[in-house]
Amino acid sequence: MTDTQIREKVKEYRKQFPLLTQDLAYLDNAATTQKPLGVLDAVRDYYEKDNANPFRGVYDLSERATEAYENARAGVAAFINAGAPENIIFVRNASEALNLLAYSWCEDNISEGDEIVVSVMEHHSDFLPWKYMADKKKARLVKLEPDETGYISDEALDKCLSEKTKIVALTQVSNVLGRVNDIKHITGKVHSCGALISVDGAQSVPHMKVDVRDLDCDFLSFSGHKMFGPMGIGVLYGKSEHLEKMKPFMYGGEMIQTVHWDRVTYAEVPHKFEAGTVNVGGAVGLAAAIGFINEVGWDIIEAQEEILTKRAIDGIKAMNKIRIIGSRDAFDHKGIVTFCVEDVHPHDVADILGRAGVCVRAGHHCAQPLMDFLGVKSTCRASFAFYNTEEEVDRFLEELSKVRGLLGYGF
Amino acid sequence: MDFKTFYNEVVTDHNMHPLHKHPIEDPDIEMEGVNPSCGDEITVQLKVKDGIISDASFIGDGCAISQASADIMIDMIMGKNVTEARHLAENFIKMIKGEATPDEIDELGEAGALSDISHMPARVKCAVLGWHTIDEIIKGMDK
Repeated sequence: MTDTQIREKVKEYRKQFPLLTQDLAYLDNAATTQKPLGVLDAVRDYYEKDNANPFRGVYDLSERATEAYENARAGVAAFINAGAPENIIFVRNASEALNLLAYSWCEDNISEGDEIVVSVMEHHSDFLPWKYMADKKKARLVKLEPDETGYISDEALDKCLSEKTKIVALTQVSNVLGRVNDIKHITGKVHSCGALISVDGAQSVPHMKVDVRDLDCDFLSFSGHKMFGPMGIGVLYGKSEHLEKMKPFMYGGEMIQTVHWDRVTYAEVPHKFEAGTVNVGGAVGLAAAIGFINEVGWDIIEAQEEILTKRAIDGIKAMNKIRIIGSRDAFDHKGIVTFCVEDVHPHDVADILGRAGVCVRAGHHCAQPLMDFLGVKSTCRASFAFYNTEEEVDRFLEELSKVRGLLGYGF
Repeated sequence: MDFKTFYNEVVTDHNMHPLHKHPIEDPDIEMEGVNPSCGDEITVQLKVKDGIISDASFIGDGCAISQASADIMIDMIMGKNVTEARHLAENFIKMIKGEATPDEIDELGEAGALSDISHMPARVKCAVLGWHTIDEIIKGMDK
């Protein structure tokens, strides 16, 4: 497909996003994406036509709600090639998925002296649960360090792995550096030393084909709202052999088989991990988002995001006193461009851009250990979805070029 | 809101050329303030003699708003007694919450240049970082 054809397609799909008619360049898609009509309609339709408490009623309406929820689960399973719907646990977001995993899996699998390997580029949600459990179990948290472009070498990985390693927690795409980690290769190495790997897919699943069986990862977590779905729905994928053995994370309604004063048995996977009334509307919305992604297709999504990323990085490189964080090569940035403007604090940069209608993120991006590793306090980040346009990138670059001047600095 | 009223000359001047951003020798009191939304930390240092702030400074990095606000604050509390300093801090925090009267904003002198931040929820924490820290220091002295 030529760039012109991609532009035309993007223009058509963009029309399906009501919010994008506002006069804004929304470039904070790594934080959350906007929602297409198909997703909004699906959620509304569910509540208008099929809403009841699933699993509980024997009447037809409740069965329809159950079906909507379980169809969504099957849709997610197919999307990441999970094998079976039972491998998909619905949670609120990637943070909850990672907490569920760390609490539940570490409880029975981590003891004093064991090692949990976590990369320094993890989002706090893939760092703090492991740190908490490591401290609780008197296990050691081992820091996996990439080079400053985000690349994890075999040597760096080998240094962290040992017979004491029980699990490795690693993101597929860094939410700051945008680097794609070679999960398939790393998983092979982790498995050959007898450990498991949990992959944070929050920034990868929305932007590239992720096939859990091809990667062979043990767990994968992601959020619906970063992939055009509603907020409040997320996914933990796990291999059956692990999920079967794990204890529940939350206790309550709908996660049991039978409860007596002195005897309790829990429901089958995945229901034993889904205590309480579940978010059917969210699951239905996520399934619609997946349908939308499938309709657009990865070829368009990835090609457009590459065009935008390259344009942004080339534009920044042409400016003075703005530094790109991570690799200098646009190809290494999965739709994420993080940068610092010399002398100007990122909050001021984002504020000035925000006043001009350009939405970018500023701060530590919930990755303070990575900020420490890179030797910066905070940064600015522009992150793209396929619905962004080259005009929006140009608007961002134009406003960015004014920032130093507006704060009284020279260029 | 107009850009000029927000990043005005008072703010950019104090940010680019802070007068009080340096450590002082043997401070009597120092306290760190953290802005959890960006991770910025500043440390306020004071020398206090007979209830009078005889010397004061701040160190640490931050955005133009937090740096300018802290610099203006130190300017204003220097030579004041702690009760007056606390009163100013309370006024400033009120102003940023949009609750101060015109008279109270007048009392704040140059710091009044930051009044528009009351309309910018995302920047409130930046503006009050130094003032909140001084408020905490003085509250601690009461105990």
